[in-house]
Amino acid sequence: MTSPILVGKNARRFTAPSVIPGFGLTFGYTLIYLGLIVLFPLATLIWWSSELGLSGLYAIASEPRVAAALRTTFFISFAAAVIDLFFGLIVAWVLTRYDFAGRRLLDAFVDLPFALPTAVAGISLAALYSPNGWFGAPFADYDIKIAFTRWGILVALVFIGLPFVVRTVQPIVSELEVELEEASATLGAGRLQTVLRVMLPPLAPALLTGFALAFARSIGEYGSVIFIAGNIAYVSEIAPLLIVVKLEQYDVAGATGIATIMLVISFAALLLINLVQAWSRRRFGHV
Amino acid sequence: MEQDFGAFPALRDVSLDIQPGELVALLGPSGSGKTTLLRVIAGLNSPDRGRVLFDGENATNLPVQDRHVGMVFQNYALFKHMTVADNIAYGLRVRPRRTRPSRAAIKARVAELLQFVQLDGLGGRYPAQLSGGQRQRVALARALAIEPRVLLLDEPFGALDARVRKDLRRWLRDIHKQTGLTTVFVTHDQDEAMELADRVVVLNEGRIEQIGTPEELYDRPASPFVISFVGEAVALPVTIADGHVRFGGRELHIDTHGLRSGPARVFFRPADIAVAAEGNGDLEGRVESLRRTPAGVRATIAIDGYDQTLEIDSPLERSASLGGRVPLSLAKARIFPADENGEYVDAGDGI
Repeated sequence: MTSPILVGKNARRFTAPSVIPGFGLTFGYTLIYLGLIVLFPLATLIWWSSELGLSGLYAIASEPRVAAALRTTFFISFAAAVIDLFFGLIVAWVLTRYDFAGRRLLDAFVDLPFALPTAVAGISLAALYSPNGWFGAPFADYDIKIAFTRWGILVALVFIGLPFVVRTVQPIVSELEVELEEASATLGAGRLQTVLRVMLPPLAPALLTGFALAFARSIGEYGSVIFIAGNIAYVSEIAPLLIVVKLEQYDVAGATGIATIMLVISFAALLLINLVQAWSRRRFGHV
Repeated sequence: MEQDFGAFPALRDVSLDIQPGELVALLGPSGSGKTTLLRVIAGLNSPDRGRVLFDGENATNLPVQDRHVGMVFQNYALFKHMTVADNIAYGLRVRPRRTRPSRAAIKARVAELLQFVQLDGLGGRYPAQLSGGQRQRVALARALAIEPRVLLLDEPFGALDARVRKDLRRWLRDIHKQTGLTTVFVTHDQDEAMELADRVVVLNEGRIEQIGTPEELYDRPASPFVISFVGEAVALPVTIADGHVRFGGRELHIDTHGLRSGPARVFFRPADIAVAAEGNGDLEGRVESLRRTPAGVRATIAIDGYDQTLEIDSPLERSASLGGRVPLSLAKARIFPADENGEYVDAGDGI
């Protein structure tokens, strides 16, 4: 134990004293696990790709097929996260604000995309949205194809991402007092004003977190997408699939190259979202 | 202004007429319907039957937004992501463009209100950085900003500690005097209601037990509930037979005009009973303990046939011996018959 005198005089301790002991132990585990499970594999990825060099990475990224796949992945993931943001908020709102028969059951359904093997989800969605499926057939009448096109990817990613938004926003919605809406109404605000000025700002940080999680999950999603996407090169081929394709062709360097590029873009995107979030927390987070 | 309510699950046959500029307290235990009544006036709840009238004009179906009521919630319901100034300005900023004051006018009004509630210089703070009493005042300023027709306060001092409560009570009284706004507040604290209000509405189980000034409630309580809820009261179970009130083997000299024979209860305040001269007592009690006070003695006295003891102060010369029997006289008492089920309204010690 450090003596009180030492604490006072000598030094800035690494952590503030706490009534719960075990900082050293838990911090050690945190470092080891994060290092071994998260950072080490990513470091080897960078290591492998470093053999390519920046010019090599650029060459891979500018390969038309790779560029198309990266565009598909990031653009559709973004679109899916935006859709999830909107509907996830509504679902979270309904599940916390209203009490109705079957609410808990419905609440449990939200987690299904977490639990279901993604391949199962992909196959079911493909069957439903294919031109002769239940949902696909009416669209097919108007010559709109959903499964085996980019729309199919969007459908799968929306499905996968929804619970992330719902589960991050739900606790914050339940903290919002009903009295806030009532106070706003007694002060003369209309419903839209109440939603925009009183209800949404406190939810903004949680919404952004949910968005970031859904977006990140969508970028990495593989299982459900490959069954519904059709995987047509240059059109509906996602970057994770291209990595597998490259590996099957024993093009390890190409695969790690794509992986590294994805890693860098994802990291940049998440960093950006985190910065926006930090800003919104400062702005709206006086809770 | 007039408010009429018909049957409502939490409110039954409530009819209340509030005069302009009045300060009215809705007093009752929890679950008595007082908050429901306040919310009906605000337009946050709608009555199943009955009407709410503002200045004689039917406001029952007027949406909350158009009622122009200033509501202060029990937990303040401040917008935590807005500064104090933004909170106060909110009601002005959300107005449609043609009735919205200019930015400068809003700023001036906010400054004026901040001064009015004695929070000058705190406009840039967030609600989380304020004390409970300060938040309460922000909530009040926010409600006043829209120049409401009525000010409604739900348990305005409920969440504050005793000292702050006292200050705010006096302050609210001043505010009412200065603004002249018709004000209705809900409380379960009878001291608060009695101290602040011009008139007090005592509610119990969704019914109005009595509407009256504090004096009327103290001196002429209309029901056993009122007498035991506002102030301490002792309730003796008695029977009325042929116009005579009997308690145990004794007769109490109480006017029973208009009362049926049968079980009843006699209510009196502890201050209205005293040790009497020998042979003059209405009641008799046994001295359980004696304690010296500066002016005399305080005796704890048990009355036969009543399950609680009374504390009676008396001057030294009338002091009785411990365990001895003393005559007691009643200065003032009220008698209420038991209701049809033969049940008495519980008349413990008040609250």
